[in-house]
Amino acid sequence: MTLKINVNHLNLFYGNKQALFDVSLGFPEFQTTALIGPSGCGKSSFLRCLNRMNDIIPNAHVDGQVLLDDKDIYAPSVDVVELRTHVGMVFQKPNPFPRSIYENVAYGPRIHSLFKSKADLDQIVEKSLVRAGLWEEVKDRLYQPATRLSGGQQQRLCIARAIAVNPEVILMDEPCSALDPIATAKVEELIDELRERFTIVIVTHNLQQAARVSQQTAFFHSGYLVEAGETGALFTIPQDARTQGYITGRYG
Amino acid sequence: MSEHIVKAYDEELKTLHALIRHMGELTIDQIQKATQSIVKRKEKLAHEVIEKDYQINLLELKVDDLAIRILALRQPVASDLRMVVAALKISNQVERIADYAANIAKRTLLLKDMPPLLAAEKLSDLVKIPKRMIEQALTAFETHNVELALQVWHMDQDVDEHYNAYLLELFDAMVSDPKNIGPCTQLLFAAKNIERIGDQSQNIAEAVYTMVTAKSFKESELLKNVPKV
Repeated sequence: MTLKINVNHLNLFYGNKQALFDVSLGFPEFQTTALIGPSGCGKSSFLRCLNRMNDIIPNAHVDGQVLLDDKDIYAPSVDVVELRTHVGMVFQKPNPFPRSIYENVAYGPRIHSLFKSKADLDQIVEKSLVRAGLWEEVKDRLYQPATRLSGGQQQRLCIARAIAVNPEVILMDEPCSALDPIATAKVEELIDELRERFTIVIVTHNLQQAARVSQQTAFFHSGYLVEAGETGALFTIPQDARTQGYITGRYG
Repeated sequence: MSEHIVKAYDEELKTLHALIRHMGELTIDQIQKATQSIVKRKEKLAHEVIEKDYQINLLELKVDDLAIRILALRQPVASDLRMVVAALKISNQVERIADYAANIAKRTLLLKDMPPLLAAEKLSDLVKIPKRMIEQALTAFETHNVELALQVWHMDQDVDEHYNAYLLELFDAMVSDPKNIGPCTQLLFAAKNIERIGDQSQNIAEAVYTMVTAKSFKESELLKNVPKV
């Protein structure tokens, strides 16, 4: 099994405060890894280390290694903007730009000059919307404002926008927490389909969602990676008492 | 293990335990009375056992309903999930054991016009180990005691030995006097029911083993070390 991302002995500090302690975890290619744990455990901070989103936080610094295809993403030579075309991100609240549906998806390819002609761009937009399972719902109103879409559609548009630049990894930070169960089911189904082409990392507070969408689950507590393993095994035979307590609802 | 943050969830799991305990107590009483009825030829007691069986059937349905409710509403995982699954299996096995007790009581009614036999009294001895097995298997379930479950599992070997010895005794009685064939056949069926109580108790012990260790019983090394009877 190839590891798309391999994190070795990662420590994260916000100023003097240490947020992550010696975390090592591999992310198998074309699998979904769920990061779970109580609020403040460091799972979102960890996710943000995977495409250097923590760089924008003053005083944040990282030591340890994050290897994407065996290349350290924290090496001085790495162009962070380019890195993020390889490692895309979808956030908790759908955040479409106040532009048309078309422009939202075309934005990334435009700024990274990923197309040769208008026809080429049209094709990227269509392909991305098809892959995000949104094409049939929006193909007749591509030039309407994206903000008119429902919450669930907006989130799938954000996924289409993320995949338009042809990333290899998609990071998702609680992508369904603002969605109703039907929209959530559509996003979960989408995650399963996207796994054919992308490696996915998802932070979720919804344990059932972690169980449903992921092949690997990692449990964080107080900045430490307590336990990671095959999702079915983690939810039936957790090895650590803290994991057992958390997933069975015995502690906050 | 510490309690759940949601107290109602704990209450439901406790109720599930209590239902199984109640089923177990009734069933053990049924075994006792059924054996007494066949040994002492007490028809009234046999009727009582047969009529009471439906109470245990109803309890099994209650366990099913509650377990399904917990699965749907609480979505248990890890040790909680294993406990609910074990409860479903164990209630089914206890219900079967109660059926065996009722079957023994039915033999009492069939024996009423037949000549009494000395061998009937030996059923009291034959039932001792299977009765202890179900008692201890249910204690193991309640206390999550895997050692006790394994002890129960091993006890079935003794049950089989006693059963085989009893069969030989019945065969001898039938060979020595064909008039014994009628009553001996009924005792043979009763003995088989008692032997099956041991088997089902062994199944309960296996369910407890899996519940506590999260390992499939058949995959465990233990099975390989136990000589087959």
